[in-house]
Amino acid sequence: MTVTAEDLTRQATEFLASHDPKTTDRLEFLRARFDAGLAWIHFPAGLGGQNAPRALQSVVDAVFTEAGAPDNNPRRIGIGLGMAAPTILAFGTPEQRERFLRPLWTGEEVWCQLFSEPGAGSDLAALGTRAVRDGDDWIVTGQKVWTSGAHESQWAILVTRTDPDVPKHQGMTYFLCDMTAPGVEVRPLRQITGEAEFNEVFLTDVRIPDTQRLGAVGEGWKVAQTTLMNERVAIGGHVQPREGGLIGIVAKTWRERPELRTPELRDRLVKHWVEAETLRLAGTRLRQQLAVGAPGPEGSAMKVAFSELNQALTGLEVELLGEKGLAYDDWTFRRPAIVDFTGREAGYRYLRAKGNSIEGGTSEVLRNIIAERVLGLPSEPRVDKDVAWKDLPR
Amino acid sequence: MSQTQRDLLYSDVEEDLRASVRDLLKAKAGAEALLARVETAEPYDLKLWRTLADEVGVAGLAVPEELGGHGASAREVAVVAEELGRSVAPVPFLGSVVLATTALVHVGARDFVGRLAAGQAIGALAVPLSTAPGAGFPSSVTASADGTVSGRVGTVADASVADLLVVPAAGPDGPALYVVSAADATVSELVSFDLTRRVADVALENAPATLVASGPEAAAALEQALLFGAGILASEQTGVAEWALTETVTYLKGRYQFGRPVGGFQSLKHRLANLYTDLVLARAAARNAADALATGTDVPISVAVAQARNAPIAVRATEEAIQLHGGIGMTWEHPAHLYLKRAKADEIALGTPGRHRARLAELIDLPA
Repeated sequence: MTVTAEDLTRQATEFLASHDPKTTDRLEFLRARFDAGLAWIHFPAGLGGQNAPRALQSVVDAVFTEAGAPDNNPRRIGIGLGMAAPTILAFGTPEQRERFLRPLWTGEEVWCQLFSEPGAGSDLAALGTRAVRDGDDWIVTGQKVWTSGAHESQWAILVTRTDPDVPKHQGMTYFLCDMTAPGVEVRPLRQITGEAEFNEVFLTDVRIPDTQRLGAVGEGWKVAQTTLMNERVAIGGHVQPREGGLIGIVAKTWRERPELRTPELRDRLVKHWVEAETLRLAGTRLRQQLAVGAPGPEGSAMKVAFSELNQALTGLEVELLGEKGLAYDDWTFRRPAIVDFTGREAGYRYLRAKGNSIEGGTSEVLRNIIAERVLGLPSEPRVDKDVAWKDLPR
Repeated sequence: MSQTQRDLLYSDVEEDLRASVRDLLKAKAGAEALLARVETAEPYDLKLWRTLADEVGVAGLAVPEELGGHGASAREVAVVAEELGRSVAPVPFLGSVVLATTALVHVGARDFVGRLAAGQAIGALAVPLSTAPGAGFPSSVTASADGTVSGRVGTVADASVADLLVVPAAGPDGPALYVVSAADATVSELVSFDLTRRVADVALENAPATLVASGPEAAAALEQALLFGAGILASEQTGVAEWALTETVTYLKGRYQFGRPVGGFQSLKHRLANLYTDLVLARAAARNAADALATGTDVPISVAVAQARNAPIAVRATEEAIQLHGGIGMTWEHPAHLYLKRAKADEIALGTPGRHRARLAELIDLPA
């Protein structure tokens, strides 16, 4: 018997009756919600869910929001929820699932992602952080980069090179890394905005127990694919109300500041408005496809279009502001916990949007993916396919 | 603005309808057949049209059952338009089903609607095809007190095969909508830019006319037909763009130069990826407009967005198809030019993208 929306509403209501959000401690409340199978309902029983259709999550969330219940601050723990959790669920041992998923969901343990390296960006499979077996442990040494939130994380998903003598896709192994372990050093990486969302993470002889290996030795690439697939779903599936994104901010300025208007800016603004609305509709459509269990390959295309729109729109916003566009709100070197696109001013948005076509897969790589995986066009030449990782030019 | 309940997918019934239309068009309106017909005395395929009207039932698709139709909605009409765009079949779907029938259904002109819905007659809406929703009521035709109409209307879509003309005219008491038998009008087909959808000049000289609506009802019927037409056209444009992408991808996989398939060169792959991205957006905008028309919610904005976005997408996709096919794309014998001509004409039809953006700016309060 599949769980229905009515079942879930009843369960959530009963849960709230026995756990008053006003009097229950926040963490106790979240733990109890997890244990009641009302956290991520599509997860298995005992792991925060009840194998319910994912599309019904919004039904449950609505009941909790309505009651003013505390949430797990999903923006703060986005990497854990969106990337680490589905990968642990897919490849974790029963002990690993049991150990990690609950504190991940409640936000007691924050996760970050140790994938990219200075020498392995778009070509992630070229990564060279070495893990060497030592008894029941692995000794890990290398450098990771673009790690959002590393300074606030207890745990990381980590991909390493365990066999340099085989071609690059074959010799990788995936680990769950304790960020408080000796040898883990996190340094902020300042961006063009002035602040540092990202970090460099240096790993020097970090000891990781074999029990924190996720998936088989040498299967790291397969495990990482699961993580990255979920990243694309998370980025592409976001749905906004009309004028819900940055377009709303610019439209508001336009309405309130008649002295800034010119016919040429208006033409561009309306074009961007149309693009924003169309992308919003495409996002809604993608979500509807997911809900009926027919996910399409549109996510990559939407991410490409979204980046271009954000960059054009934020560029227009700075230009529209004229004199004020010559000022910047704050170059102070800070380490924000989350990206605050709306709380900052136009200049910040313009600069931060430059990252949209780089993070989560560059637009160029995404266009290759669309061309090859969706349209079936020939792959790029793979000169490194049959070469041992250690012999690759670098 | 109720945008939350939109259904942007295709239902099973809609997919079945699509399959019937696509199979028929594949069999009867292949590229060779289209090209063979364009310079003959019969550029329209009326035999195919009768099959579509009678067997598939497209003529009365969105006509209420009590008026002799199938009681479907704009969503199903949009699916047919998408398939007709994919094939650029020369049939009077836009002029008759989408424009003329919609206007007559709006005023409840039972007899005329019955004939159109049964496929016994073909209709055309006597306005220039470039007319945009929100344009003022036309005054190029005037009606006399004796019930006749006179005047000229240029570039009327599908008029050269129409039996009935739905004519907006300035009547003795303001705006009015008349039906004129094509036999009582002089219809001169122009050498049309779009080879698979012809436009014609219509001259009326004291032509006997049946009044079907007057005053605000006539204006509302015309506006409804134009909005419906512009919204459905977004689906046609989606079909045109999808043909262009699919055909170009197929060609580039099989075309070898420099010892490899041309489709393996990254500069071309990226251009095709951009067309795919456009298509994802076009489909969402078209489905949204169709659902808006079907449910009568948020119609003007949904239609303006769909036209503003999809018209340029179809043009770009067909232009890219020509370029990426190389020399063969420039030849008369390859069907790509039929699609380019359709896309470019569609860009003008029922309002250019710029006009739709201008109207949208007012609707969403982005003042000059």
